[in-house]
Amino acid sequence: MKVRSSVFASFILISEVIGIALFLRGFFPVPVKSSLSSKSKLSDLPAEPLTGDAPNSSRLPQPLFKRVVILLVDALREDFAFGDSGRMYMPYTRHVVERGSSHSFVAKARPPTVTMPRIKALTTGSIPGFIDVVMNLNSPALLEDNLIWQAKTAGKRIVFYGDDTWVRLFPKHFMEYDGTTSFFVSDYTEVDNNVTRHLDSTLKRDDWDILILHYLGLDHIGHISGPYSSLIQPKLLEMDDILKKIHSALILKETEGSLPYLLVLCGDHGMSETGSHGGSSEPEVNTPLVLISPAFKRKVGMEKPGVVEQVDLTPTLALGLGLPISQNSVGRVIPSVLEETSLRDQLRFLHLNGHQLSCLLKDSIPNYEKEAGFEQFRVAEKAHGNWMKRFMEGNTSEVLSNMGKKVLKQYLLALSAMSSALSKQLGKYDMYSMIAGMLLLVLLLAMPEALSAEAAVDLPVLSALLSLPFYLLCLLLSSVHVLVCTSAESSCYFCSLSWGLVFAAVVFSSAMFCILSPLRSSGSDWTLSELDVLLLVGTVGHTLSLAASSFVEEEHQTWYFLLSTLCLTIFQDVCRKYFREQRVSGDEEDHLLPSKDHQPYAHPKEEIYLEKWLALATPIFTLVCCRLLRSLNHTGVQWAHLPDVGHWLNSSEHRTVLSLLAAFCLVLIYLLVQRRCSLVSKIALALGLLGVYSYRAAVGNVMFPWQHAGQTMSKGTVEARFVYVFVLGILFSGTKDLLRSQIITADAKLKSRGLWEIYSGLVLLVSLLFRAHNLPVLCCCLLIQSLMAQFIWKNLHYDAAQTTIMHYWFGQAFFYFQGNSNNIATIDISVGFVGLESYVEVPAIFLTALSTYAGPLLWACHLVFYLSSERDRSPVAVGHGCYCLALLRSVPAAAYIVLVTVLRYHLFIWSVFSPKLLYESIHLLLTAAVCHFFVTMEQSHSKSQGG
Amino acid sequence: MWDHEIRAMASTHAIIAASVFMATVVPAVLVPGFSVYGSHLLWLYSVSGAVTAVSVAVFWLLGITAPAKKHTLGYKLSRLFRSCVYFFLSCLFFHTVVVLYGAPLIESALETFSLAVLLTSLTTLRCLCVLGPSVQAWIRVFSRHGAMSVWDTCLQITVACTAFGAWLGAFPIPLDWDRPWQVWPVSCSLGAMIGFLTGLVGAPAWIHYHRKQLTYKCK
Repeated sequence: MKVRSSVFASFILISEVIGIALFLRGFFPVPVKSSLSSKSKLSDLPAEPLTGDAPNSSRLPQPLFKRVVILLVDALREDFAFGDSGRMYMPYTRHVVERGSSHSFVAKARPPTVTMPRIKALTTGSIPGFIDVVMNLNSPALLEDNLIWQAKTAGKRIVFYGDDTWVRLFPKHFMEYDGTTSFFVSDYTEVDNNVTRHLDSTLKRDDWDILILHYLGLDHIGHISGPYSSLIQPKLLEMDDILKKIHSALILKETEGSLPYLLVLCGDHGMSETGSHGGSSEPEVNTPLVLISPAFKRKVGMEKPGVVEQVDLTPTLALGLGLPISQNSVGRVIPSVLEETSLRDQLRFLHLNGHQLSCLLKDSIPNYEKEAGFEQFRVAEKAHGNWMKRFMEGNTSEVLSNMGKKVLKQYLLALSAMSSALSKQLGKYDMYSMIAGMLLLVLLLAMPEALSAEAAVDLPVLSALLSLPFYLLCLLLSSVHVLVCTSAESSCYFCSLSWGLVFAAVVFSSAMFCILSPLRSSGSDWTLSELDVLLLVGTVGHTLSLAASSFVEEEHQTWYFLLSTLCLTIFQDVCRKYFREQRVSGDEEDHLLPSKDHQPYAHPKEEIYLEKWLALATPIFTLVCCRLLRSLNHTGVQWAHLPDVGHWLNSSEHRTVLSLLAAFCLVLIYLLVQRRCSLVSKIALALGLLGVYSYRAAVGNVMFPWQHAGQTMSKGTVEARFVYVFVLGILFSGTKDLLRSQIITADAKLKSRGLWEIYSGLVLLVSLLFRAHNLPVLCCCLLIQSLMAQFIWKNLHYDAAQTTIMHYWFGQAFFYFQGNSNNIATIDISVGFVGLESYVEVPAIFLTALSTYAGPLLWACHLVFYLSSERDRSPVAVGHGCYCLALLRSVPAAAYIVLVTVLRYHLFIWSVFSPKLLYESIHLLLTAAVCHFFVTMEQSHSKSQGG
Repeated sequence: MWDHEIRAMASTHAIIAASVFMATVVPAVLVPGFSVYGSHLLWLYSVSGAVTAVSVAVFWLLGITAPAKKHTLGYKLSRLFRSCVYFFLSCLFFHTVVVLYGAPLIESALETFSLAVLLTSLTTLRCLCVLGPSVQAWIRVFSRHGAMSVWDTCLQITVACTAFGAWLGAFPIPLDWDRPWQVWPVSCSLGAMIGFLTGLVGAPAWIHYHRKQLTYKCK
């Protein structure tokens, strides 16, 4: 079966998008969230179960503790306290654990074992994923229901000293706080002294209920010199001293009759054998959890600490303080903490926890009735009701207490079943989906003869479908699916799909594999010029560089570097063409100038001369432009804080300069774009650009000469809508031309004009969305495009593949020129409000995506226009270009997905690699859209040729 | 075929490489506190100076330099003057290119210029020695199939190696390892130096192994 190469490419892109979507589905687990957006309230709490007609009491048992001190030591590993060396490292803690009235546990933290997600887990009781970070893009504060909020609402006074992540997560929650930054990893004394200096005065006072201390020093030592360094012991001794100090102060304050205190020692995550954290190895996951309170039974000897989840602390603390458990908590209360209370209270506590978990289960799992835990909870609740009835009747026999113990056991079983069902949903990579998506993506890299300029691809569909490998592959994939889905502890997206759908997918993918695999390009002898070598090396090198987190952070440097090299290489090519060939022609007198050979008519001498110098100047001009743009916006991490021109322009003293610059840029944009437009579009464009300037003036970025500085600012909605009208008008007129050229007359000129008008509509829209100081980026983009098209690509006869790669590189570099980076924080969300009175989701997302990816999109659109307007090119050039673009996008995307899978336990996976993954996938989506545009172009092209 | 020339080339290169080595070792003995990273600029100047002096001396003694058309003193002096101007212009050219590649414009101008001087003494100086101060000849040599002698090929290889080394040397700068050799311009100049030394070793070897395939068009 013959398929047009561009159709094939777009087909491949669609499957690629599906592949990446599958991968993302597996990589970012869907968060378990309660459907209610409000937070748990005391009044919402369920009544105590009671069979019979007696009025249900919804009273809460009395809180267990009056005051709570949480001593959180960053990166405190389990063996630092409970291990063999624990006696040496933390003697007092060890003493309390062995002899004091305390409970000790090994609390398991979930990966990513990084501080911020751990703090969120400890306070909300849920297991946060990366997607939460994306969802809460514009607010660093924790909006979810959490323990701190509950405590504050209940009127508890909270004091916090330590890592300032807490201060950012819970602004205005603390009565008193002092945040220390974890920025200077090399400092491990000062950070802790800054916390301890408040301790004495705070412990003396009585005006707080909850004290949270977060010590960072140990973590810093781990990062510097690992868990076995000589610095560890003194630091742990210091921590031990602090615990002793707090403990004795609490004992002193203890008064008869009032509720007891609770002292919690815990770590947010552990420390690997090399001292880092973030992964899921045993030493990173296991943290000690020591609860000290006079309410507990005194220990008589060292017992092996039990294992709990880190999130179990949240419901325990909530119930202990008499607060509602936060909605999304998946933890279950630690039963031994409740041991000393009455049986009725114990049952009541467990019931509250169970009710909260069952509500969450109802919201997050579709067929929750089938869950074993839910069923058990219903049974236990009923038994609880029966027990209560008898209890209220005044029965106090042995039978009743035995029955109560049975109910307790039932509750505990139900809790653990529900909790594990919930936590299975999240915090885990769905490797099956990830690998499926990855295979789909990597498979597509076997695109046949990707760089050849063939018009059609021969797909041996029938023979592949009848071959033995196809059936074997089907069988293999189905058996893998059955195996994975029936194995005990899998929770895959695929397994929740219906079997028919899965079988269809299996057949389809094995068919694809059979069809694509024999299509390897046969080794052809290429002769590579320097430019080809550079383009190949650059593409491969960039793909490889994505493995290093700093290269991902500073990816713009890679692109700027490659772009400069590209310009120099082009310069060398131009030099060679004009100087070398001239020399040859000079040597052989009877030859014509080679540059004349392909010209339909002879140029006068001066014109060639001018052209030569302009061609020579273009790469240099491009280099200078790129250098200037580069200092406009500093992005990345290491050098982002340096002052750049953008900041200088945006400061209020330089508003005149910014106004002049913006006006100049808009005029230049008009001059560059209007050349190929029809008269109506020209007028619309001019008015539109005028509207852009007045929008900026209304918003207050720039000013008109007749304007006074102190004028009131508006949202500029009217001006922005004015521009939108012209954008739509230009786009409409372009589409009309395009359609006319396709349907009525096969006029190539009309088509090229239509394409250009669509492009100029896009330019107008982008100029509206770009901030005023970014207008030079747009301006330079247009200038470089027109110069390059005029003097370089056409004159030096670069083929479609080379032109495409250059366009792609320029697009990437411009993506960073406009101030983007691989960090989510640089996305300009305010763009979503241009011309809108309030937040409307669909246009806001569309506008934000458009302005973020303006660089790559404009270059891709220019590529479409350029390739299809070249009259003397072979008709397959557009398809070929489309092919290359698809390949260029999918090579790094596929490589990156493999990398991310390999590095999924890397320390920076959430902070560096995941945002980049999102950027890559959205870029892939946009490229797919552009390639579809290509395909429609090419089809109309071939139609017009046929007709 | 050109055994004699290849041998001469190899010994020339050995002398130049030895001079680089000496320029690193001698100041380390004489100047207290000298190190390649710590006092990088000093090392740069010493190496540039040594390479310049030794190349000029060696090429002049061997007589490889393009033959002068006239033998008058005035012509020779003007050639010398032109060479100096070219040298300086080449420094400026390299400086501009490095700034265009993203080096800070004002902040570390001295470092950037020192790198430019090093690059010039490693590349342009050899061109001046072998081809003389004529841009036409340079363009000829550096275009495809433009080499006319063994020395031209050698020049192509060493210059390409040096430039490639300096280019490659810029890659580790964004990595957050905080090593002393990541400081501007240490990695680039070290890359250029390593590239240059590779070129010195590689050029005679390459020519030796490809001497059957190499054919030069006579003028």
